[in-house]
Amino acid sequence: MRDLIRLYGAMLQASLGVQVQYRVALVIWLLGLVIQPVVYLVVWSAVAGQGAVGGYTRGDFAAYYLTMMVVNHLTFTWIMWEYDYLIRQGQLSAMLLKPANPVHRLAADNIAYKLLTSVVVLPMAVLLGLYFRPTLSLTLERVALFLAAIAGAWVLRWLLEYTLALAAFWTTRVTALNELYYGLFWFMAGQVAPNALLPPGVQLAAELLPFRYTVGFPVELVLGRLQGAQIAQGFAVQLIWLAIAFASYHLLWRAGLRRYSAVGG
Amino acid sequence: MYYLAVLRVLFGVNLLNELQYRVNFAVQLVQSAISLGTALLGLAVIFSHTRTLGGWSPEELVVLLGIYSIMAGFMGAVIGPSLSRLMQDVRDGTLDFTLTKPVASQFLVSFRQIVIWRLADVLLGGALVFGGTVRLGERIGVLQAASFAVTLVAAAVIVYSFRLVLATLTFWIIRVENIMVIWSSLFEAGRYPVGLYPEWLRMVLTLVVPVAFATTVPAEALAGRLNPTVLAAALALAALSLGIASAFWRYGLRHYTGASA
Repeated sequence: MRDLIRLYGAMLQASLGVQVQYRVALVIWLLGLVIQPVVYLVVWSAVAGQGAVGGYTRGDFAAYYLTMMVVNHLTFTWIMWEYDYLIRQGQLSAMLLKPANPVHRLAADNIAYKLLTSVVVLPMAVLLGLYFRPTLSLTLERVALFLAAIAGAWVLRWLLEYTLALAAFWTTRVTALNELYYGLFWFMAGQVAPNALLPPGVQLAAELLPFRYTVGFPVELVLGRLQGAQIAQGFAVQLIWLAIAFASYHLLWRAGLRRYSAVGG
Repeated sequence: MYYLAVLRVLFGVNLLNELQYRVNFAVQLVQSAISLGTALLGLAVIFSHTRTLGGWSPEELVVLLGIYSIMAGFMGAVIGPSLSRLMQDVRDGTLDFTLTKPVASQFLVSFRQIVIWRLADVLLGGALVFGGTVRLGERIGVLQAASFAVTLVAAAVIVYSFRLVLATLTFWIIRVENIMVIWSSLFEAGRYPVGLYPEWLRMVLTLVVPVAFATTVPAEALAGRLNPTVLAAALALAALSLGIASAFWRYGLRHYTGASA
């Protein structure tokens, strides 16, 4: 464990150094992350009007989508595209020669990116909050649970998307798979609408599948939308999916590595 | 006429090239269908809680989604790949070969690279527009159809000009791909009518990045509620932006000094 912490410390430092060079590009890339929640915030505000939809008023939607913007920023990964690239260009070979599993290096890149860009995302959320006026009342207990849920959400999303990214070992056409994943994700993670506004069947599916536990669950939790039993249940499902994702990652990584024959240098 | 013939040849060459990878067509079709299918389901969720959205009916939003898909397909099939290649060529210095050809350089760099399969988005988007229009029923007359066609062409011209201006920056800035992201991010907002957005965002989407003209205006034209002044403005803007983009391209070209030769 001590070694792992030292490893991450060193890799974070290296990764930060690299990424700081592209700071303008990093900020531009954030645009996409901000625009989607704002679009759906505006759409649902128009639907709610002066009343409420499914228990959400305008202010509630503002709180939901602005929190979601931050949570989504903290948990998102670009690993599915990066892996495809690393394998097709044969760059994975160089990473395999190093003593640490590539997953650590790539995770450190992700964390470094989040550290850097949070400097922009958090003030942006506050600024948008001044405009959209969210109704938000926080308790200390809920914020603590929220932070725990985000940590779980980040690890779960990382493992889930990393495992899917490993599909690149078997096929060079991962784009269709990615599209399917993001289609489901968009629906089930709470991006198109808060879970309570989805049709009952989809709601049930969302509660059973992993997607909601990477974004929607922490958001609903901190907004006080969930009762005690629902919170416990949510953490339980998150943990179960974490175990499943971890096991599948292990299996697929071993099988994929055996299949991997370097392309190019 | 000469340029039409060149365009036909370019299309033929790209088609032959891509026919080698026919499975890609199926993959692209699946991908487009998934993305449009989820978008339609999203609309279904929204309209299960309301009857109109900012004065737009469900059918009108289906038409808007279709137009969004047509524009995305056109940009993704023709303009995007061609302009990407331009940036690559400037970095490698291989733009020299393009400039020596007896065709206007702007024409060649804009239409040279065609990813045929991405036209699936145009097909599926067209089907959505058609389906939505049929459901809208008798409100669509010849006048609406004609102004729709005109605004759609104007939209393509405006968006193309905007992207050409961004791509031309490649003569000064090396990593211009990052600037192109501005367009693809904000274009997302075009899935919904711009009238929905708050004043400041609507201004940005109309005056800074022409998302409003790309999707909302043609949809309004088809639904028969386009203000004649907006129609005139769209046409004027199309002519103006094409003029500016061409002038900027020529200006940028003077800054090009081959990297290899």
